[in-house]
Amino acid sequence: MLIGLDVGGTHTDVVLIGPDGPFREVKVITDTSNLFKSVLSALEKITEGIDTLQIKRAVLSTTLTTNAIVTDQIEPVGMIVVGGPGIDPEAYRICPYFYCVAGAIDHRGREIDGLDEVEVMDAAARMKADGIRHIGVVAKFSTRNPSHEIRIEKILAEYGFEKIFMGHRTSGNLNFPRRISTTFLNAAVYSVHKNFFNAVKQSLAEKGLNIPIHILKADGGTMSFSSSIDFPGQTILSGPAASVMGAISSAPAEGDVIVLDIGGTTTDIAVLINQSPVLEPLGISIGKYKTLIRSLKTYSLGVGGDSVVQIKDGELVIGPYRKGPAMAYGGSSPTPTDALFVLEHIDDGDAEAARKGIQLIADQLGLRVEYAAERIFEKTCNMILEGAAHLVRDINSKPVYTVHELLEGYTVVPARILVLGGPAKYFVSHLKKISGYSVETVPRWGVANAIGAGLARTTCEVNLFVDTEKGVVLAPEENYTKAIRGAYSYADAEETAFELVRKKAAKNGAESENLQIEIIESLSFNMVRGFRTTGKNIRIRAQVKPGLIEGYKAL
Amino acid sequence: MLKAHYKTGLVFFPAFDWAIDPTHPEREERLLYTQDQVFEEGLLDIEDIIEYKPDIASEMDIKRVHFCVPDVFSVTTKSHFISAGGAVTMGRALMEKEIDRGFALVRPPGHHSMRVVHGNRGFCNINNEAILVEYLRRHYPVKKVAIVDTDCHHGDGTQDIYWHDPDTLFISIHQDGRTLYPGTGFTDELGGANAFGTTLNIPLPPLTSDEGYLYTIDHVVLPILEEFKPDIIINSAGQDNHFTDPLTNMNFSAQGYADLTRRLKPDIAVLEGGYSIEGALPYVNTGIILALAGLDYKGVVEPGYDAARMAQSADVTRAIKGIGDVVLSNWKNRRDMQEKIRGNREFIERRRNIMYDTDMIYEMQKDEIRICDDCAGALKIDSSADTGHHILGVQIPVHACPKCVEQGYEWFDKASTGPYDRAFLQDRPKDEYLEKILKQR
Repeated sequence: MLIGLDVGGTHTDVVLIGPDGPFREVKVITDTSNLFKSVLSALEKITEGIDTLQIKRAVLSTTLTTNAIVTDQIEPVGMIVVGGPGIDPEAYRICPYFYCVAGAIDHRGREIDGLDEVEVMDAAARMKADGIRHIGVVAKFSTRNPSHEIRIEKILAEYGFEKIFMGHRTSGNLNFPRRISTTFLNAAVYSVHKNFFNAVKQSLAEKGLNIPIHILKADGGTMSFSSSIDFPGQTILSGPAASVMGAISSAPAEGDVIVLDIGGTTTDIAVLINQSPVLEPLGISIGKYKTLIRSLKTYSLGVGGDSVVQIKDGELVIGPYRKGPAMAYGGSSPTPTDALFVLEHIDDGDAEAARKGIQLIADQLGLRVEYAAERIFEKTCNMILEGAAHLVRDINSKPVYTVHELLEGYTVVPARILVLGGPAKYFVSHLKKISGYSVETVPRWGVANAIGAGLARTTCEVNLFVDTEKGVVLAPEENYTKAIRGAYSYADAEETAFELVRKKAAKNGAESENLQIEIIESLSFNMVRGFRTTGKNIRIRAQVKPGLIEGYKAL
Repeated sequence: MLKAHYKTGLVFFPAFDWAIDPTHPEREERLLYTQDQVFEEGLLDIEDIIEYKPDIASEMDIKRVHFCVPDVFSVTTKSHFISAGGAVTMGRALMEKEIDRGFALVRPPGHHSMRVVHGNRGFCNINNEAILVEYLRRHYPVKKVAIVDTDCHHGDGTQDIYWHDPDTLFISIHQDGRTLYPGTGFTDELGGANAFGTTLNIPLPPLTSDEGYLYTIDHVVLPILEEFKPDIIINSAGQDNHFTDPLTNMNFSAQGYADLTRRLKPDIAVLEGGYSIEGALPYVNTGIILALAGLDYKGVVEPGYDAARMAQSADVTRAIKGIGDVVLSNWKNRRDMQEKIRGNREFIERRRNIMYDTDMIYEMQKDEIRICDDCAGALKIDSSADTGHHILGVQIPVHACPKCVEQGYEWFDKASTGPYDRAFLQDRPKDEYLEKILKQR
């Protein structure tokens, strides 16, 4: 048995899944001021009367770290940054304790300027004196040569800081400013993440529930709680991922599908290609932070069932905010949900209150109330479809760097929409009518997010960089460096990449039989100096493809 | 958070799967380290630096500029269509006001490609800048264009295409042709009899450094641009003046390139040559992108740069000043000089031999321009190459007068009686491109 739990803004959904599918589901109201209570009570309820020894794992998707960042309730973090030629790293000052020290590594990982260790020690002493406990260390091109970051960590170790995050371990991708924010966020949410899940584990243990805890990541994959401690940033924005994973089992094995998670405040849109979610090329953006945190590509639109409907300058405006529930459920502003009441699609609330709200809009538009309701619903659907079209355009306009990809590259052409979320079922027929696509709800759309979390496969990514002229193979995130002696081919690199992915996935809690490892980027260049081939430069990005684990039915 | 002062478009197309041949300077690896630097600096995340996917140029876009022998597809690869298309993408984004400036960081390059194309010369098959300019002239109200070629090699292809066009000011700044391929680009190459003085060449002595280069920009190029008042400025942004370039002998730096860009303020820059792929290109391109965006580039200093060692000698400084004076004087006197060349002739002929170094093709060319005060003049080109092709190309310019239109068609109609295996006509006013196959080879 598996447990999937997804903490949402209003409800915390939890399901218990057996080999034949989910057989128990529970919803509890999310207490945003006390997520711990919500998670614990949901877990208690779902395990009531169950032999918990049969539970192989519980996957938790929470808004914990996301909330901490969005509400700026993060711990003070110290940053030590090594620049080198290019933009002045001061431009990326992300926090008050931000120290730029001298030193430089170039694009091939050669040291151009030695690290100024005295500056590092000065910064360390000042941060220590001011009580900073968590430090991020980032050097430009550290993914080509992490020696400066490693040296800084060694120096800092002498000062007894609680936790040090190094940039090259957070992502193997190039992007210095994003590496700075990624490392910063990891350090900033470290305590809140660790304390929360330790508390969950402990409380469960006290109740005799020794369930292995896994965490859902933004890329729609899972990792064990113990490995998440070193990469807490990966849990940021896992919410949309849960829903998308929940839709996968309803998607056809082949073809492009749009997933719409229509919620109260927003509609989150994602794309599945052959049952695999499309990922962000680099990483998530959250608030002012652009990161290298692997993530599904989602587009969040400020339109949902509870969006405020109003008239501005004679125009009907929907969203982007929610002021409370629909008037049919005791709210004070008209919403698309109220329009659905007027259109008699919904009837489990106060239809009179809904009608009153829509009447306000109808009066301003000079329309009969039914027409106004139709107009509101129509516009809501159109905005959602435009959002989907925007996301598809965005995916298809992603730049590529080879002739082959430009001419033969994959183009997303969706013909099918899967809808989930609270008001999902009311939207199906109309979305179908105006889009011409096949539109269906995801079965058990109310808890599909929790099912998605529960069944998500353990994922990870490895970036391998080979420079045979320098004689080095490097997978910075894995702390893997090897000197090359003798011949080294592309096939060797591929084998190493696969091996590293397998190891990393196992460490993250994967069951090996479920792994689907694939190469997602690969480039191999002959290095030519003076009309002579002097080496090979190989870059490989490999991953466990996000998807669902085997052996359990989703429906 | 960084934000660009000028909205800057960027087409980055390194063509990682295309090479002239495996060890050629124009190979897959060329922009690899540039990509690493651009990605690592996070340039594409800067607000208002916008990356565009390149468009693919159409056959028509190429025919609007070139006479390709025997046809467009025989002398190009897919990568050429993308490279030219990338330049067009930037032009269109500029005209649609999506961006203030654009940089097509594309390969293969194009500035050695002339109007007639029998093959590859100087690593170039088709002229990306000319394809861009003529696309803009066709689709937008663009008339006067300045192309400033800062590649270390003379932009002889672009010069050839605009030799007879008084609406295009072509200025090439390069290492003296007596010391470098293609061996042309002297101050007395000033354009045809209808466009005299709108071709200008500034051959700089070897070992010119930032100082001499920027002197030329400030004292020669900018005053001439000021007077010409182009609708748009295009920079053929070759990066081989760099002190580490393996093919040239100049002493320009990444800071110099960024300074040049800041002063020149090109609307669109298009990458040309530059083969110091590790020591120069990553830094020069970073500098150019930051300068275009109006951001601080002072930190972009390449490893090994030593200002004192790169300082130019007094001789070089003197020579540069002398060359600048000649160019300015030619510019000032261009109308009188044009009158002298024309005399009272109706047509002026020019004969040349053209070497295609990459493809080892030898071309003999004769062109004839109709002297005209009302338009750029009808142009006839007779070109034969040791590939066996002998073609006639006729151009009727964009704003052709009725007489030049008539002359163009007359030449084209008569081609069948000549020695040609193919005849081409560019009817620019109608945007029509005609071809006749006269002999099967």
